Amino acid sequence: MNTKLPEAEQLKLDSRYLRGTIAEGLDDVVTGAISEDDNKLTKFHGSYMQDHRDLRDERRRQKLEPLYSFMVRLRIAGGVVTPQQWLGLDAIADDCSNGTLRITTRQTFQYHEVLKKDLRSLMQQVNAVGLDTKGACGDVNRNVVTNVNPHQSSVHAEVHQISQAISDHLCWQSGAYAEIWLGEQCVYQPGKSEEPFYGERYLPRKFKIGIAIPPENDSDVLANDIALIAIIENDELVGFNVAVGGGMGMTYGETATFPRLATMAGFVPKDQIVKACETIAAIQRDFGDRSIRAHARFKYTIDDHGIDWFNEKFTEYHGEAMTPAKPFELVRNGDRFGWIQGEDGQWHLTLYIYSGRVADTEALQLRTALREIAKVHTGEFRMTCNQNLIIANISPEQKPVIEQLVEHYQLDIGERHPALRLNAMACVALPTCALAMAESERYLPTFLSKLEQIMSDVGLPEELINIRITGCPNGCARPYLGEIALTGKAIGRYNLNLGADFSGQRLNRLYLENVDETTILNTLKPMIEQFAAEREQDEHFGDFLIRVGILGAERTPEMMHKPLVD
Amino acid sequence: MNIRLPNAPLTDEQLQQLNNLLQTLEGWQVDWLSGYLSGYRAAQYGNQPIDTVSNQAEQSIKLTILYGSQTGNTEAVAAQLAEKAKVSGIEVKLLDMAEYKPRDLKNEQFLAVLTSTHGEGEPPDNAMDLYEFLNGRKAPGLKGLQYSVLSLGDSSYEFFCQTGKDFDERLQKLGATAVIPRVDCDVDYDALAEKWIAEFIETLTSSMQASAAPPSASAIMSQAPDTTQYDRKHPFPAPLLENQLLSGRGSSKEVRHIEISLEGSGLHYQPGDALGIYPQNDPILVATLIDALGFDGESQVELDEQSETLINALMHHREITVLTRPLVEKWAELAQSDELNTLMENKAAVTEWLRGRDVLDLVQQYPLPEIDANGFIKLLRKLPPRLYSIASSQAAVDEEVHITVATVRYNAHNRERGGVASTWLADRLAEDATIPVYIDTNKNFKLPADDDLPIIMIGPGTGVAPFRSFMQEREERGARGPNWLFFGDQHFLTDFLYQTEWLSWRKSGLLTHLDVAFSRDQAEKIYVQHRIREKSIEIWNWLQDGAHIYVCGDADNMAPDVNEALIDIISQQGNKSRDDATEFLRQLTRDKRYQRDVY
Repeated sequence: MNTKLPEAEQLKLDSRYLRGTIAEGLDDVVTGAISEDDNKLTKFHGSYMQDHRDLRDERRRQKLEPLYSFMVRLRIAGGVVTPQQWLGLDAIADDCSNGTLRITTRQTFQYHEVLKKDLRSLMQQVNAVGLDTKGACGDVNRNVVTNVNPHQSSVHAEVHQISQAISDHLCWQSGAYAEIWLGEQCVYQPGKSEEPFYGERYLPRKFKIGIAIPPENDSDVLANDIALIAIIENDELVGFNVAVGGGMGMTYGETATFPRLATMAGFVPKDQIVKACETIAAIQRDFGDRSIRAHARFKYTIDDHGIDWFNEKFTEYHGEAMTPAKPFELVRNGDRFGWIQGEDGQWHLTLYIYSGRVADTEALQLRTALREIAKVHTGEFRMTCNQNLIIANISPEQKPVIEQLVEHYQLDIGERHPALRLNAMACVALPTCALAMAESERYLPTFLSKLEQIMSDVGLPEELINIRITGCPNGCARPYLGEIALTGKAIGRYNLNLGADFSGQRLNRLYLENVDETTILNTLKPMIEQFAAEREQDEHFGDFLIRVGILGAERTPEMMHKPLVD
Repeated sequence: MNIRLPNAPLTDEQLQQLNNLLQTLEGWQVDWLSGYLSGYRAAQYGNQPIDTVSNQAEQSIKLTILYGSQTGNTEAVAAQLAEKAKVSGIEVKLLDMAEYKPRDLKNEQFLAVLTSTHGEGEPPDNAMDLYEFLNGRKAPGLKGLQYSVLSLGDSSYEFFCQTGKDFDERLQKLGATAVIPRVDCDVDYDALAEKWIAEFIETLTSSMQASAAPPSASAIMSQAPDTTQYDRKHPFPAPLLENQLLSGRGSSKEVRHIEISLEGSGLHYQPGDALGIYPQNDPILVATLIDALGFDGESQVELDEQSETLINALMHHREITVLTRPLVEKWAELAQSDELNTLMENKAAVTEWLRGRDVLDLVQQYPLPEIDANGFIKLLRKLPPRLYSIASSQAAVDEEVHITVATVRYNAHNRERGGVASTWLADRLAEDATIPVYIDTNKNFKLPADDDLPIIMIGPGTGVAPFRSFMQEREERGARGPNWLFFGDQHFLTDFLYQTEWLSWRKSGLLTHLDVAFSRDQAEKIYVQHRIREKSIEIWNWLQDGAHIYVCGDADNMAPDVNEALIDIISQQGNKSRDDATEFLRQLTRDKRYQRDVY
């Protein structure tokens, strides 16, 4: 090579279609780790290495390597699994992982604390239930998320099929997956392409597609690289409004990085939507910035070139232009808990799952309960983008059976926790995530209980507010769409962001930088008191802050870096 | 002539004396002196080639660049410095702090420390070892070392650039001199960092022109005396330096890494030798025993021609945790207990009874009302020293000695019991304690003199200790022979003793082969002998290449099983009858190519 590519690009190019030395690394039994390069490649295979950060220092003194383990994330388009799959995935948690399943903010399952020696076995068991982990991370299309609105069953079924079709169509193809994990023969031949769409360098960066079915926006659709908004006319799905260039992550101190909501580009009929998604991914593949990784997301491509440029390219690649976007209305991005009957008479139950963690604890035998439900359930399970779970398509005859199990195991159908908990999200952070600068999932309950006290004191115990906490600025729990959001700066210190709306259509902005809990609560308390006193009917907290002028509605990248209050 | 050496490792007074002398010397006298000095130094340091002063003047400056980096920014700046320094003719070593041996600090001339600060003022992970070393009691004097620190940080944090500040302060306290002042950079570090790099290099290169490079700090270190007054009879009271649990959380083992100072003792050891330790008995056990006997702990007893309190005699001088047959025999004579006498007639029954019992059991079960404190002490044998295979090489650790100790604890006959020395080291040793030690040389467990020969080391559990010393030694010697370690224990996650060190030696290429057996990580038990059998062909090939085989550890099961595996390998791979294979292995033993340290 004459010109040296950036490291991440060179790595992909040299990886022989994502093989690297992953297989050799798995066979090296004297370390629980794999090489740094292979760790970047295993992301494409749905897994990356983490270590138990609470034990890092102790083990260093003990002359033991860090306690390495792997996170494994599945590809489950639209977050739908059958009861049989549920039982299989549940068993894997004991065989290969730490006995828990985690529902992620992208509607899939994640396993944690998988030891290197158990990785292959896990992948094989996932394969055995008819699923895979391809592209759950890495510079490819990620898990396609959709709204789980169960009212319009036929529309949901159709949208789910489309999400599956997009996911399969944009799934990477290399033989590496079957060779490394499933023991198949190596088919690699120099010069022979194994990726007709992606090529040897895949995409410049991760790529996310989400679908919303108005008025629900539980998928936070505008936070995706491609945001598809289902357009329904006369109870029929006709196609999708397409917005492009959304994304959450940013880096502190680097003002060239910022969260961004997708920009509306137009409308595409439903029979063309899979191809349109390929077209858009191809534009990013060909024009995304591969020279600076922090600038490689599609949102920067769109931001740099503008939406008109995008539409021109789309027409050129697709052979046909989009038509103008159709009207739609999104009203909320949270979940609707409890029992809901669909238009076809089938029942759906949305359960509140704290931080998506499906585990058995002394207080709550959640995993056992869901396993028992899976044994008798005849419909399917749907995971939501808010890390909750819907037991979907329960026949009226079966409803009492499920009800009895829910009662027996004291599951929460949205009634057992204060309102604030229902719309709160946190990422995993410490001790698992290597990027975390502060606590998140472990801290969320503490923070919420203090906030709940304030809400209760001002007489608003039932009020819903979207609250999100992350351990770093990268955006796993979509913090920039929280009406109140904390992003970690250091142990016990956070940036406070305020002012997103309740439906995922306006970002928040940085309000206070690097502050502790006391400062955060002292800041929020008078705002909440004023909210209680002066709010208009059905007005949400984020909108209120803007109406009374605590902060403006306009959003610029600088606002994510410069606090409103110094 | 008046010499001015800004970098000279001399005090003002020494410089003055040197100046005074030089002013009186003729040219030919200076020539003679320079020859004399290099000869003098060569004599001081054995046969190592020593650069003459004039050679050094022509030599480039040696700069070691260490970086502590969390996100890679600091690493990038360090690489920049390395690049620019090289261009300026400086000899550069660029290292991640985690890969640097802190002990090498005292050999450095010029040092650049670049570090970020993590969270609330803590060092980044890869800087922790060096940071703790410099702030710990093992930090050496660094007079003569010249350095500068660049710290990267984020001023929105309270402890802005704290780690850089800490390094700077510590280096100064240890006697090092800052070439240029530390620079603290905020998130927009580029310009400041570049300026620091330019200034640093400028200062270094101008000093290179102005003077000979100063000798490293080690050149002015004093040498340890060659002889020692300490031996088995006169143990050296050695200060404890470090007492670190090696077993990870959840392990059923309790293995400790213990570092002991031999500074000033003149004690020397070779890899393969053992450290003798005189332990102390458990004061609670001693008190219970005195109580059971109805004695006064403060009463004086006669002990090897001197007088001691009973409590001291039992604490320091007499063995009470091991019950020997002669003691029980004597006790039986005195006790006139029918039960004990009957027991003594059956040898197997005595052996069974002795198992897990100690002197307190004897005293409690068969009381001896007639005996007094002096008489009791006379019955007991001396508290013998405990031997531990040494886990360090002096080539690497200077005047220190390291051992690896498995703490022995068990419950027998309804009482918690423990090994004397191991529980003393684990539970009862104060941080500033001294340990009476001596060196127990072992001529039959030595590295081959030929550094090119391959070695196979089989050391499960604490049996791995001497192989750590072997690797340190071979690394320091620059030995080129391949090294193969077989290690085993119960669990990979918690019991892989010295795992990070083996991994780092594997990475550096010193440890060419590393095979492990963790017996309880799967349904079937896997031990080192299984791994050895799996590698039959390679082991046979290594033997053909003159490999030495070392086995250290458990004598009851492991050593015979390994021996059996080796005989099978020799027999199968060498097409030999079992007898011939056994003889082949015996010949290896006679040739000192099969050495065992088993216990």
